[in-house]
Amino acid sequence: MIRVVLATCLALITFPAAAIDIKEVTSPGGIKAWLVEETSIPFTALEIRFKGGASLDAEGKRGAAYLMSGLLDEGAGDLTSTEFALAAEELAFKYDFDASSDSFSVSAQFLTENRDASLELLRKALNEPRFDQDAVDRVRAQVLSIIASDSEDPNDIAGKTFASLAYGDHPYATKLEGTAESVTMLTRDDLIASHKSLLTRDRVYVGAVGDISAEELGVILDELLGALPETGPDLPGPAPFLLSGGETVVPYNTPQSVAIFGHAGIERTDPDFFAAYVMNQVLGSGGFGSRLMDEVREKRGLTYGVYSYLVLREHVNLVMGQVSSSNDSVAEAISVIRDEWAKMADEGVTEEELETAKTYLTGAYPLRFDGNARIANILASMQFDDLPIDYIDSRNSQVEAVTLEDIKRVSKRLLKPENLHFVVVGKPTGLDASN
Amino acid sequence: MRRLIACLIAPVVLVFPALGAEKITTFTLDNGLEAVVLEDHRAPVVVHMLWYKAGAADEAPGVSGIAHFLEHLLFKATDKLEAGEFSAVVEANGGSDNAFTSWDYTAYYQRIAADRLDLMMGMEADRMRNIRLTAEDVETERKVILEERAQRTDSDPGALFGEQRNAAQYLNHPYGRPIIGWRHEAAKLSREDALGFYRKYYAPNAAVLIVAGDVDPAEVEALAKKHYGPLEPTVGLEARVRPEEPPQRAERRIVYEDPQAAQPYVIRSYMAPERDAGDQKTAAALTLLAKILGGPGQTSVLGRALQFESNKAVYTSAFYSGMNYDDTTFGVFIVPAPGLSLQQGEDEMDAVIAKFLEDGVDAEHLARVKSQIRASLIYGQDDVASLGREYGAALTSGLTVEDVQQWPAVLDAVTEEDIMQAARLVLDRKKAVTGWFRKPSAEEVSQ
Repeated sequence: MIRVVLATCLALITFPAAAIDIKEVTSPGGIKAWLVEETSIPFTALEIRFKGGASLDAEGKRGAAYLMSGLLDEGAGDLTSTEFALAAEELAFKYDFDASSDSFSVSAQFLTENRDASLELLRKALNEPRFDQDAVDRVRAQVLSIIASDSEDPNDIAGKTFASLAYGDHPYATKLEGTAESVTMLTRDDLIASHKSLLTRDRVYVGAVGDISAEELGVILDELLGALPETGPDLPGPAPFLLSGGETVVPYNTPQSVAIFGHAGIERTDPDFFAAYVMNQVLGSGGFGSRLMDEVREKRGLTYGVYSYLVLREHVNLVMGQVSSSNDSVAEAISVIRDEWAKMADEGVTEEELETAKTYLTGAYPLRFDGNARIANILASMQFDDLPIDYIDSRNSQVEAVTLEDIKRVSKRLLKPENLHFVVVGKPTGLDASN
Repeated sequence: MRRLIACLIAPVVLVFPALGAEKITTFTLDNGLEAVVLEDHRAPVVVHMLWYKAGAADEAPGVSGIAHFLEHLLFKATDKLEAGEFSAVVEANGGSDNAFTSWDYTAYYQRIAADRLDLMMGMEADRMRNIRLTAEDVETERKVILEERAQRTDSDPGALFGEQRNAAQYLNHPYGRPIIGWRHEAAKLSREDALGFYRKYYAPNAAVLIVAGDVDPAEVEALAKKHYGPLEPTVGLEARVRPEEPPQRAERRIVYEDPQAAQPYVIRSYMAPERDAGDQKTAAALTLLAKILGGPGQTSVLGRALQFESNKAVYTSAFYSGMNYDDTTFGVFIVPAPGLSLQQGEDEMDAVIAKFLEDGVDAEHLARVKSQIRASLIYGQDDVASLGREYGAALTSGLTVEDVQQWPAVLDAVTEEDIMQAARLVLDRKKAVTGWFRKPSAEEVSQ
C-alpha cells in the first residue's frame, strides 16, 4: 500500500525553493558581506571566515593558529580575560573562534538591544588581543591536555596516520593542534605573528542573518575588520597525495578496529562534480538506503556505521570513508567495501537509485535553511567556496540534471578500488600488518 | 577550546522554552495520546516526533539494553512496510529520520518538508502496533548493537569509566544500568524480549506526539486523529514505579585505571533531586548552582579559583540536568594542572566548594546568569526543533506542559539563599560517587 502512495508522491513532488533573499552589502570601506534580513526575532547571527587558517602555521610553529584562536578572548584591548568574559555574560553575547585546516572562523550571535556593546567586545578580540603571558600559559596547558587525550583515541590515530602518509611535507600532513613539543615551544611572538597572518582583509568572507539592515551591517564591517592588515602570507599551494592502494595497520589495544580509507577525488569546479556527488549519495551517504550501509550493516551486521564522502579541501580533493568493526570482522568489512567500490566503478547506479538519490538531495536542501545561525554559516561558506549569490536557486536543477550516463562516466573515472588505501587502528585479524 | 568539555563529559546544555503561549497548542486523543504542537512558520519544515514513556530504566532485570535494541528493530518490517522501507520512504521524500533511547524515554523523529506530515504520521502510527520481526532481522541487528557498544563504549576508557561510576551511583535503581545494556546481556537479547517490551509500552497511552515547525495546529490534530486515533491503548498499564535508592550511608570512590587514559581527571556526582511536576524550585536552584560553580572558567567559582587565581587546574566544570523521572545527580569535575596528583586536585576542588558554602553567591554573578537565561528565551526561538525535544523529554520524564512553560520564571525567581540551601542539601561527599581516571598507578608515578 505504501509503495503505491510513494509512487504517487514521487510523481507529484515539487519542492519549494528555499525562500532566501540574499543581499550583497559593501561597506563604506569596501568590505563585502552577504546579508539576509530576518527581523522576527531580535538578534543577529554573524559568521566571519578567513581563508588560510592553520595551513598558514609557519615552519616549526605547528599549532600556532589553534592556540591563537583560543586566546583572542583571553584579554583584549583594555580588558583582562576575566573582564572580557564578565562583559560578554552581561550582554548575553555568544561567540566562538575556531581555527580549522583551511580557515579561521568567528561565529557570533548578539541581541539587538546589546548590539553595539557586543560588537565592541568582538572588535577588541579581533583587533587587539593581548596574548598576556599568563593567559598563553593557561590556554597552552588546555591544548596540551587535548593533544594528550587525542593521542589515545583510535579515530584520531587513524586520521593522523592517514594524513602523515598521504600529504608529504604539506601542512595537511600534521594535526593542526600541533604536537606536545611544537606547542610547548610556541612563544607570545609566534601567536602575534599568527594573528597578523590569519586575520587579513583580502581573505575574509562574511554572512549575516537577522535583525540588522544593510546600512547597519556596513558600518559594523568597517569597525570590526577595517583596521586589519590588507594581506597575509601566501597559502601553501596544492598538497600531494602519496598513498597507493593497500592497507596500513596501526597496532592498538582495542576490541574494535577503526578504519579510514580514501584515494584521489574530484574538484568542485569539475563538470562532473554533481554526478560524483549524487553517486556518493548512493554509495555511502550513511542513510539506510546507501549501498555500503546496506551491505556492511543491514545484511551482515558488521558495523554500527559505514560512510563514504567527497572531501573538498582548499589544496586537495579526495574520496574518503570510514568504518568501525570488531577486530575479527574488520577484514570482511573492508573486503565488502572494496567490492562495492568496484561494483559502482563498473556499473554505476540503477535508474531507481538515481531517482531516489535526487529526490532526497533536492528535498533535503531547503531544509538546511532553518535558523539564523545556520543560514549565516551557509552564506559565509558559499562565498568561501566561490559560489555565485544565486547558487541556492540553481543548485537543485544541477542535481536534477545528472543522468545515469553521467554517473557511469564519473564512477569509472573516480572510483579506483585498487587505489583505495585503508589505515586500520586496532588488533585486526586477517590483515597484513604492513603494506 | 570548548572541545575539552566534549571530550571528557557531556556539556551542560540549557534549553529554555521560549515561544509565546499562542504558538503552543496541546491536545489529547481519546486513546490517551498526548500531543504538543509548536509553530514556526519561517521555513517550510516540520519535525515530527513520537516519544514513548519507556526507556532503559523501565526494563526488567536481566535484559538490559532491550529498550535500545527495540529502537533499532522499529526500522525493520511492519504489516505494511518491508525492513528498511520506513527510512527509504523518508529519504525519498527529502527527509531525514532517526531515533534515540534514554533511561526515561525512547523517541523517533523525522525532519521533512511540512507537507509530508500526513505520510510520516501514517508510517509512525503503523509501527507503533504492527512490527513484524523475523529471526534473521533480530540476529543481524543484535550484531549491530554489539558493534555500536564496541564503538561507543568498549573502545573508549572514558565511557567505560562513566558506566562504572553510574553503576556505583545507583545501588538499586535501574539508572545504574547502561542504556545500551551490559555486553553479556545485550548479546542474549531475544525477539521475545523485544516483543514483550514493545507490546506493553508502544501504545498511544504511553506516547507523546510532538510536532514542531510550519504547521497548522488544527490540521495536526485532524491528522493525529486519523492516524493515531484508531490505535488501541495498552490496558492496565501500571504507573511507572522503579525500585528506589536506599539512603546512602557510605562515601563511594572509584579508581579507573587504563593504559589509554591519557588525561587524568577527577569527577564527582552527588545524588540530587530532579524536576518534579509543580515543584521545580530546588531543581531550578541546582541548575543555577551548576552555572555559578562550574560555568565558563573566567567567571565561575571553580574556574576563577583554580584556573585563574591559582594554576591548580587545566579545566573545571559543574553539571546538572533536572530532566529525569527519578533522582538525578549533580556533578563537579577537575583536570588538575600538570604536576598535581589527582588527590591534590580533588583536595583543591573540595577547598573551593567548602569556601563557597561559607561565602555564598555573589549577587552580581547571579544577575549575569539570569540575564543570560532571559536572552536564551530570544535565542531559543531560532531553533524550534530543540524546543520540541525539550517538551518531549519533559512529558516523558513526569513533567507537564505547564512545568515547561513556567520553568524560565521559576529560574528567574531563584534567590541567592535558594541556591545556598540547595548547595548545602546536595554537596555532601558521603552522598556521592567520586571517580579517579588515570593510567595504571605505576605509570602515574613515573610521569
